[in-house]
Amino acid sequence: MFDGRVLLKQVILLFWPLISTWVQGAEKIDSCQLQVLEMLSSLGSAGGKSAKPSFVSYVTPEEIKSEKEPSRKEKHPDLLPGEVVFCSASTVLKYTQDDLSQRGVFGVLLCTNFRVSFVSDEEPTEEMLFKNKLYGENDIPLSCVDNIYGDKRKLITGGLVKNKYPSKMIIHCKDLRVFQFSLSFSKEEDAKKIFQGIVHHCLEPKSLRCLFAFSYCENTSYPGSYTVENTSYPGSYSYCREHLMWCWSHHSGCALFKTASIPLVQEDNVPQTYMEKMLTAVAHNHLYSVKTEDLSDTLPTVQDILLSYNKFKQFFLIDNTTEFWMSDMKWFSSLDNCGWLDIIRQCLQKAVEVVESLEKENTNVLIMEEGGSDLCCVVSSLVQLMLDPYYRTLLGFQSLVQKEWVAGGHAFLDRSNHLHLKDKVESPVFLLFLECVWQLQQQHGPAFQFSETYLTVLSDSVHVPVFTTFLFNNDGHRDSLLRVKTHAVWDWSVQFDCKAQDLFTNPLYTEKPKQDTSVRKSYRPRHLRQLSLPSSAFKTPPKKGFFKDEADNLKKILGVKRLSRWMLSPSSDSPQTSSSVREFYEAWQTKPLDYHGLLLPCLDGPSIRVWMQRYLRWIHDVQILGGGPVAMLSKVSEILGEVQELQRQLDRHGCTLTSNHKGARPRAKTAAAVIAARSSVRLSSSFPFVTSRNWAFKPAIPTSLLQSLMVTGMPGNLADREDDGGPESLV
Amino acid sequence: TKFSQLSSPPPNFFGGASRESLKMEPLADCSLLPGEERIIDKDIIYICPFSGALKGKVFITNYRLYFKSADADPAVTLDVPLGAIGRVEKMGGASSRGENSYGLDITCKDMRNLRFALKQEGHSRRDIFDILFKYAFPLSHGLLLFAYLSQEKFEENGWSVYKPMEEFRRQGLPNDKWRVTFINANYELCDTYPTILVVPFKATEEDLRKVCTFRSRGRIPVLSWIHRENQAVICRCSQPLVGMSGKRNKDDERYLDLIREANGTAKLTIYDARPSVNAVANKATGGGYEGDDAYQNAELVFLDIHNIHVMRESLKKLKDIVYPNVEESHWLSSLESTHWLEHIKLVISGAIQVADKISGGNSVVVHCSDGWDRTAQLTSLAMLMLDSHYRTLRGFQVLLEKEWIGFGHKFANRIGHGDKNHADQDRSPIFVQFIDCVWQMTKQFPTAFEFNERLLVTILDHLFSCRFGTFLFNCERARDTNELRSKTVSLWSLVNSDLSFYQNPFYTPESNRVLYPVASMRHLELWVTYYIRWNPRIRQQQQSPVEQRYIELLALRDEYLKKLEELQLSDSSPNSSHLSNSSTPNAASPTQHITHLHTPF
Repeated sequence: MFDGRVLLKQVILLFWPLISTWVQGAEKIDSCQLQVLEMLSSLGSAGGKSAKPSFVSYVTPEEIKSEKEPSRKEKHPDLLPGEVVFCSASTVLKYTQDDLSQRGVFGVLLCTNFRVSFVSDEEPTEEMLFKNKLYGENDIPLSCVDNIYGDKRKLITGGLVKNKYPSKMIIHCKDLRVFQFSLSFSKEEDAKKIFQGIVHHCLEPKSLRCLFAFSYCENTSYPGSYTVENTSYPGSYSYCREHLMWCWSHHSGCALFKTASIPLVQEDNVPQTYMEKMLTAVAHNHLYSVKTEDLSDTLPTVQDILLSYNKFKQFFLIDNTTEFWMSDMKWFSSLDNCGWLDIIRQCLQKAVEVVESLEKENTNVLIMEEGGSDLCCVVSSLVQLMLDPYYRTLLGFQSLVQKEWVAGGHAFLDRSNHLHLKDKVESPVFLLFLECVWQLQQQHGPAFQFSETYLTVLSDSVHVPVFTTFLFNNDGHRDSLLRVKTHAVWDWSVQFDCKAQDLFTNPLYTEKPKQDTSVRKSYRPRHLRQLSLPSSAFKTPPKKGFFKDEADNLKKILGVKRLSRWMLSPSSDSPQTSSSVREFYEAWQTKPLDYHGLLLPCLDGPSIRVWMQRYLRWIHDVQILGGGPVAMLSKVSEILGEVQELQRQLDRHGCTLTSNHKGARPRAKTAAAVIAARSSVRLSSSFPFVTSRNWAFKPAIPTSLLQSLMVTGMPGNLADREDDGGPESLV
Repeated sequence: TKFSQLSSPPPNFFGGASRESLKMEPLADCSLLPGEERIIDKDIIYICPFSGALKGKVFITNYRLYFKSADADPAVTLDVPLGAIGRVEKMGGASSRGENSYGLDITCKDMRNLRFALKQEGHSRRDIFDILFKYAFPLSHGLLLFAYLSQEKFEENGWSVYKPMEEFRRQGLPNDKWRVTFINANYELCDTYPTILVVPFKATEEDLRKVCTFRSRGRIPVLSWIHRENQAVICRCSQPLVGMSGKRNKDDERYLDLIREANGTAKLTIYDARPSVNAVANKATGGGYEGDDAYQNAELVFLDIHNIHVMRESLKKLKDIVYPNVEESHWLSSLESTHWLEHIKLVISGAIQVADKISGGNSVVVHCSDGWDRTAQLTSLAMLMLDSHYRTLRGFQVLLEKEWIGFGHKFANRIGHGDKNHADQDRSPIFVQFIDCVWQMTKQFPTAFEFNERLLVTILDHLFSCRFGTFLFNCERARDTNELRSKTVSLWSLVNSDLSFYQNPFYTPESNRVLYPVASMRHLELWVTYYIRWNPRIRQQQQSPVEQRYIELLALRDEYLKKLEELQLSDSSPNSSHLSNSSTPNAASPTQHITHLHTPF
């Protein structure tokens, strides 16, 4: 057998030029030719070494026959306004990553100014419920491409690709999808072109103007979806770099501020001037003391965050099943070692510390870091999320992101490095924030109006270069570049239809039962927040300047109170803080839980978890068919829909509902309709991302089970012993 | 008999496991069970790992140890069935220095340790130590287990939950391929098997006796479960007695072939639960596994599940990292180093393979060494995946009665009921591990099980408590000898008298659905609400928020439906509209009500 193969190889090598023209010119490929193709592909990848076949085609020759030149030209995705096809190649094989058998589908691979797209030669099977209107399941927006690998899993970097192209190309996406394409069946010219095109457009430095958002915005004119990205922090980016930003005020009067770090003391007068400046800035609302917290002292740097995340994401970018099950054995320690969960924990802990100062000690808190727009954003937003239930609503969360992140000057462009510039520090800081929010949501589900799906989709949207929300480094940057009206990510209708958007609402959420607000309103202490609502749903009057109004108001309220001195607390040392945080948490925990009040996360080891939906959604082997938390939530949604319907009927009867309305006052929309309609379909744990695909109803049986389970260090080697040693005593 | 010193009821009496005891004879805030008697009470200091040293009083009865703090607010209480105590030791001596260094150290079987301190003067701990030692380990002191003293009465008689013949009939047995045999009616064939067995129709009683000689402890392959459609069966047994010389037994070989033949399976799959090295090693002691050449129509698969000693050590390590405090640094690595979840994964994936084979129409034989530990785990989990009946409240009880209790899982030895020998090498948390696997399944399929987590915790509490007879003794023969069913109460009496307490509101019956859990570490999680339940930082919720919300909504729906019915009734008969509130004419300001629906942002 082996000899025969070697012989065949030699024959092939001998007649190589002939065969290659024959293969590429062929319109019909029969099974014999397929075998040769198989051999060729193994030659291509393995050089002259072993001749183990690495490709088994499950496509019948007939299927290949139907793929002809003329039809190819028509095959392209529905292009978006402003979208242009750069290059394409046909007879590309896309492996289905579900199994080891290397099977796949043939189709056309294209690269446009928006995406890399694979259009299958087969008819599209079924419509996905949770379809993204901008890109399909076989599309990868250019900014969503994370890494590209060639043969032997060699990382491709831009610039190095000359005339070569790999026979197999693996694309890892930022939303954790993995695509594997074989280029060995395409014409050499096409394959070369598409490979170089993809590498060029996905990996090489480009100018901001080349991002698709600009072409898209110039070419779309939906009257309803224009958004004026009106943000409400006064001044521009430079303001927040040098000055102090007020984030939020506790009802007691103390407030949270953030700023870029104070320069180290060089000369006596420098920091003082700076302090004076800050003092003036907050003088009007000053009472008690101020705690300052330099986040760079205790939290990881943006580089640390990137490093940790890069390790972490590898656990989910799965090329094949064997690899997956191999990594399963060391899952917990690998997870531990990459440190990602610990970074999440640290951010949450820092936020709890700040919350404690505001809530319990009623001191002002000033958080700072170099630049003031990375971890400051994470911590300040988390603090507000914990303290203020408004930010746990859909609209509130949107405004929180908009004010703390977009207006707060988080350098989205640099941190996501859409332009692939070498001198920029890429780091998933915003994702880190969403992770922390997810932890809170996981622990206190009913407190959030938005769902897990909303967070997952938001994390994906950062990499869809249609929206300008997360495209710039700061407001000044944005204003200088945007002449046209643009799309904000918050206009979800650009991506999803109404039914899909219903899944953004959490069926467990209930609004706070209304008290006699009219009576108590006047004297009840309230938190003060900036009311920036840049959104498509609620148009803000242009340049009205919420901040100014609010701030003036604040000054009025607080101005009368006693002005106290600055008190700079020494930076907290961790063991003490952690025990104080623990006490604070424990004290909070003994009180009855109010979902509309202060919310604290449990930071114990077992409580910080992996965001399953986001990270496991594409991995076939871990889908729980008919299970997962969604099985319960869909039942809640279902019954909620029924209750709402009944309520409508009762309202039509003019019936006053005197009883407890708690359950029946949800948002007008819920996922009820969607899920109820689908109740016949068995949902999988990765709903809604992978829904109705017909997977074989076969269980995943872990492979490579025992390799790592070597029981060591047992006294007297218990592993080898018998279960029951001596003779039996029955009683 | 009253504990007059105490007044208000404890907030979390008995860890939520036995609500009903509150209904009984009120005894201060600790109600005694019928048949329970006070033995001693004493002023003592409880060294609480969470709130420090607490002064209070301890009460010991013939069933429990109960402690209530005197001045802590809220009061700290402990309610520990003596059965849950694994070890009692003296801590410090009469001359020990330091505060609270003299007292008792108690190790429990339910993942906690208790320390009590006493005054050093006058041998103050002697009486309490002696009493505790005696009543916690009654069998070592010639006393009866509390289950034999209990006078509890329930509406339901739990002993009638499982009737072997009825269960076989439910499965469609006997049929033309499988017959019921009473050969073991007097436990003469196999003293650790139940009396009623199902065997291949073609196997004679004589065949069974011959096979019996070739299987460890006479535990021959018998049917546990049959697939209604494809007639594939799960059989269970112990290892064949192959030995060093590689003995063969024609009768055993033929018998296994009869099992294969019964539904025309081409190849019978034998699942040996052990790692292959252990199976080989067993040859030295006369055991072994089915060799290829001897069993031509069978394939042998090793499932690599470790033995009882490995599991015991693993749980011990787990306890070390969760009690009293959850390991802080590198929690996940510590968790991994206990291997507990890895063992869970192996057991579940073994069961998946069994269930998958059966679904494909192939019969299987499952064994380990003796066929009462790993085998019981595998068969019962596979049956739970295959047969939705076992996922109901009563069906699950049947499953436990049948696969665990009936087939002789050695509860007495594995748990050590009433026995002082805490270091006994026979002890092992095999059943706890199984319940953990069930919990993992309920976690992955939250709508597929009729019972809730409370049932699982209750089962584990009474696995140790010795309040019920259910988990006592090693096998049916011993239960008969000790007249267990007439002299003790079944745990299912308690459960079935208050079924709603153990019901999962999300349960959606789906018969004929095979459940395949995902045996990946990505989905397996530590059962925090069991293993770490003594830690006050783990919020013990009576109900999960999802469950709470669901029940609220269900109630609301019923309420609205009722209202709507009333309205329609009053609408259709205008003369009879009396209801002042709901009979408001439709015309009355509809806008007012719309505000309920569209609450503004």
